[in-house]
Amino acid sequence: MALSNTKADLLQGTLDLLILKALTLGPLHGWGVSKRIRQMSREALEVNQGSLYPAMHRLEDRGFITAEWKISDEGRQAKFYRLTTAGRKQFAEEQERWKAFAAAVGHTLRADS
Amino acid sequence: MNIATRLKRRLRSLFRRDDVESDLSEEIALHLDMETEDLVRQGRSREAARREARIRLGGIDKTKEDCRDARGIRLLENLLRDARYGIRGLAHTPGFTAVLSLAVGIGANTAIFSVVNGVLLKPLPFPNADRLLSVSHSAAGVNVDDLASAPFLYFTEREQNRVFEDVALWSVSSAGVTGNGEPEQVTRLLATAGFLKVLRVKPAIGRSFSEKEDTPAGRPTVILMHGYWQRRFGGDPAVIGKRIIVNEESSEIIGVMPAGFRFLNFSRLDMILPYRIDRGRVAAGGYGVRGIARLKPGITVEQAMSDVRRLIGIAKSSWPLPPGISRQQLERLRLGPRLAPLKQSVVGDVGKTLWILMGTIGMVLLIACANVANLLMVRTTGRQQELTVRAALGASWPRIAGELLTESAVLALAGALVGLGVAYGSLRLVLALGANNLPRLEEIAIDRSVLVFTAGVSILAGLLFGLMPVARYARPRLAEALRLGGRSVSANRERLHVRNVLVVVQVALALVLLIGAGLMIRTFQELNSVSTGFTGRDELQAVRVYISNRVAPDPDAAVRREQEVRDKIAALPGVTAAAFASYIPLQGDVITQHGLTPEGLREGDRPRVRDYKLISPEYIATMGIRLAAGRNIDWTDVYQKRPVVMISENLARLEWGGASRALGKRLRTGAAVDQWREIVGIVADVHDTGVREPANTMIYYPALVERIFSQPLWATRSVGFVIRSSRTGTDGFIADVRKAVSSVNPVIPLTNVRTVRDGFEASMSRTSFSLVMLGIAAGMALLLGVIGIYGIISYAVSQRTREVGIRIALGAKASEVRALFVRQGLVLACAGLVAGLAVAGALTRWMSSLLYEVSPLDLPTWVGVSVVLILAAAAASYVPSRRATGVDPVDALRAE
Repeated sequence: MALSNTKADLLQGTLDLLILKALTLGPLHGWGVSKRIRQMSREALEVNQGSLYPAMHRLEDRGFITAEWKISDEGRQAKFYRLTTAGRKQFAEEQERWKAFAAAVGHTLRADS
Repeated sequence: MNIATRLKRRLRSLFRRDDVESDLSEEIALHLDMETEDLVRQGRSREAARREARIRLGGIDKTKEDCRDARGIRLLENLLRDARYGIRGLAHTPGFTAVLSLAVGIGANTAIFSVVNGVLLKPLPFPNADRLLSVSHSAAGVNVDDLASAPFLYFTEREQNRVFEDVALWSVSSAGVTGNGEPEQVTRLLATAGFLKVLRVKPAIGRSFSEKEDTPAGRPTVILMHGYWQRRFGGDPAVIGKRIIVNEESSEIIGVMPAGFRFLNFSRLDMILPYRIDRGRVAAGGYGVRGIARLKPGITVEQAMSDVRRLIGIAKSSWPLPPGISRQQLERLRLGPRLAPLKQSVVGDVGKTLWILMGTIGMVLLIACANVANLLMVRTTGRQQELTVRAALGASWPRIAGELLTESAVLALAGALVGLGVAYGSLRLVLALGANNLPRLEEIAIDRSVLVFTAGVSILAGLLFGLMPVARYARPRLAEALRLGGRSVSANRERLHVRNVLVVVQVALALVLLIGAGLMIRTFQELNSVSTGFTGRDELQAVRVYISNRVAPDPDAAVRREQEVRDKIAALPGVTAAAFASYIPLQGDVITQHGLTPEGLREGDRPRVRDYKLISPEYIATMGIRLAAGRNIDWTDVYQKRPVVMISENLARLEWGGASRALGKRLRTGAAVDQWREIVGIVADVHDTGVREPANTMIYYPALVERIFSQPLWATRSVGFVIRSSRTGTDGFIADVRKAVSSVNPVIPLTNVRTVRDGFEASMSRTSFSLVMLGIAAGMALLLGVIGIYGIISYAVSQRTREVGIRIALGAKASEVRALFVRQGLVLACAGLVAGLAVAGALTRWMSSLLYEVSPLDLPTWVGVSVVLILAAAAASYVPSRRATGVDPVDALRAE
């Protein structure tokens, strides 16, 4: 794998959440999403790019995000994704669920130690 | 998210797959570029960065595939693929082939039947139309079959008959409408007061003519046709009571006919005017006017005939004689009644063509049925064991027969349904092809009676092919079937025998149709090679012009005007010659005729009716008609009214025994008061009426004729111009001609703008229509016949695999084995050929009315078609025979 040791692997099922989060800040193309996730995690999280695009297409198919072709800052035609209303709602729910999950994992770890 | 949008997106991604795919490729490419750039910025070499980017993405194709999966396209794509396999599989099943053959057969029959129904079977669109007759008369004494009617006959018949509710006269001619707006030429129907009563039609608005208005004393009135009313008056109901100037006579509009009103085959009638015959001046002549009548209920056509015969006798003695006609001459005509259902005049002679087509297409259906029967036989053979066991276990044979028939019924029903679709499509084709020569075109449709026909035909077809396997298999032959374990050799042979007979029948019918099509092709060739008597038809333009009384008050002035128009046209750029005549060849104009009296006609010999036309001196040269002897007429002949004529070679031969003997002789019309004229020129024969019709026996008069038809001076006011130019048929040229005509006088209307080539093609259109229809039918027949042979040889190959294996094992060559099967196919084809030749010999004579200068037993056609059929049969047997030689002897022997 190309992941550096300093970077954590993504937990199964969190990729969707991260994509939605990245898009809450505004429309982005695919590479932009991967870049923003890296930045937001302060370079700690490296998205597996091979899973990124299928995940985004899946989200688009389910209507959480929508895409259109626009000119990027780099001056190229690029497919820009943005959140739909359904996507915002989904993000809020997923976020709550993740927080609850993270808290539960934290509790468990503390109990173990 | 809502299901509908989701479905829409899926469909979009499915049907616009190329878009989605290229979107995906582009998205991935962009990603790789940006990732590479980013890595380059971090200090990698471009090549290393590119590689790293690809690795991070984890394989382009894999990613794409995952994306597609994520979209859920897969599912639908798989579904479509399954459906495609399903249809392909179905196409290989006998059921599909059967339904398809049936659909073609039933569909074609439905289409042709809807034409037959609309044209021949449906009553005319008038109440009690079966009682409408066309009233005409024959003149056996001068060999005229149809003399139409005449005012003196009409008045007698109307006033003294015992069989008709009413009688009317009518004729169609053109007239000029002037006054408001551009002058225009219209087609008018002249009719006596009883006309609409006979048809039982009333104007949609306004009223019909009164008896008073149908006399010269009555006020001029006119009833407009719906189309003209729409065109000229925008459908304004307030038009009643307004006036319109028809042939310089101001007439009051008293009515408008209903939109659907059509009379006979006149595609464009503009108005009806009363005939206004002056009863006081009627004499026992003036034939050529058409009559119609409505029979009283319960009266037969025969009864009406005998009454009209009685009335002719009365009419001959109760009217004054026309000038120059003696009582003996009138008697010599031998007038007789000629009554026929009005529908016959509408349908004309197209009936025979249509019935022949119907018969042909019926044969195609028979061939299709034979194919289906064959397929069913194969299928039932496969089930024989099962059927036998069931019969043994107590299933009654009617029960089994019923089951087999149900299958056929389902097939027939499916064939009928698909066939209706085929019919809708092919009817459009038929109508497009037949538009020029099918009467009652607007009444042809797939209506209820056509659907009943289709249902009937389908049931018959179903029974036909359904009963064959039933007859063969439903009645159990228990002992035999069980003993042989279903592999009854003798039974198989017998069944194969039935299938062979079916194939022979197919081949025979296909041969009949092919011969029919071949004969039509030969006819078409013959017609194309007919010498029309004039040259360069592609360069000839025809137009018609009407010189009214106002433009030129007398015949002399009319001809001068006509010459003026001719000169203007001749001076147009690109025009090499121009002329005028009372009519131009092949334009569908009425050919005018009169009785011809050659000088020295023996007393007792009767004058024969011959064609005539009035021509300008340039006519012969412009048309490129060969001058065979003597001289052409010139303008001096015309204006000095010299008594000279030219005649066609065939007329010279018939009346005087040759061109040289006719020159210098004199001739006259039937009327003794008319002038004798000298024959000064003989020209080649011309086909004026049509390419199929014999060349006309023609008398050419100068444009201005003195003392003819009991008139002091005669010219034609409706005159056809023929122009030779390389610009013929172009819009610019016609505009130039129009300008030239109106420069003589702006009120002269221009009509019947048509090239002579169009006329030539129109006169061949019946032949081309029959040719195309028969060609299609024969093509289908050949195809179905070939499929039949192919099927039976394929079956034979599969049945004889073991034998072939043994032969090959014993050293038979591949070519010998192939020859074995090809020979079998050829034996069948030859049997079909012989049967077909016999059937064709009996049937093709029905075709002779469609043929031209080709015998129904035309040897080249028969030989050619037979060769084609044998070659097709050889090919159809060769293909499956190749499969036999691919047999591995070991496999073949193990197969049993």
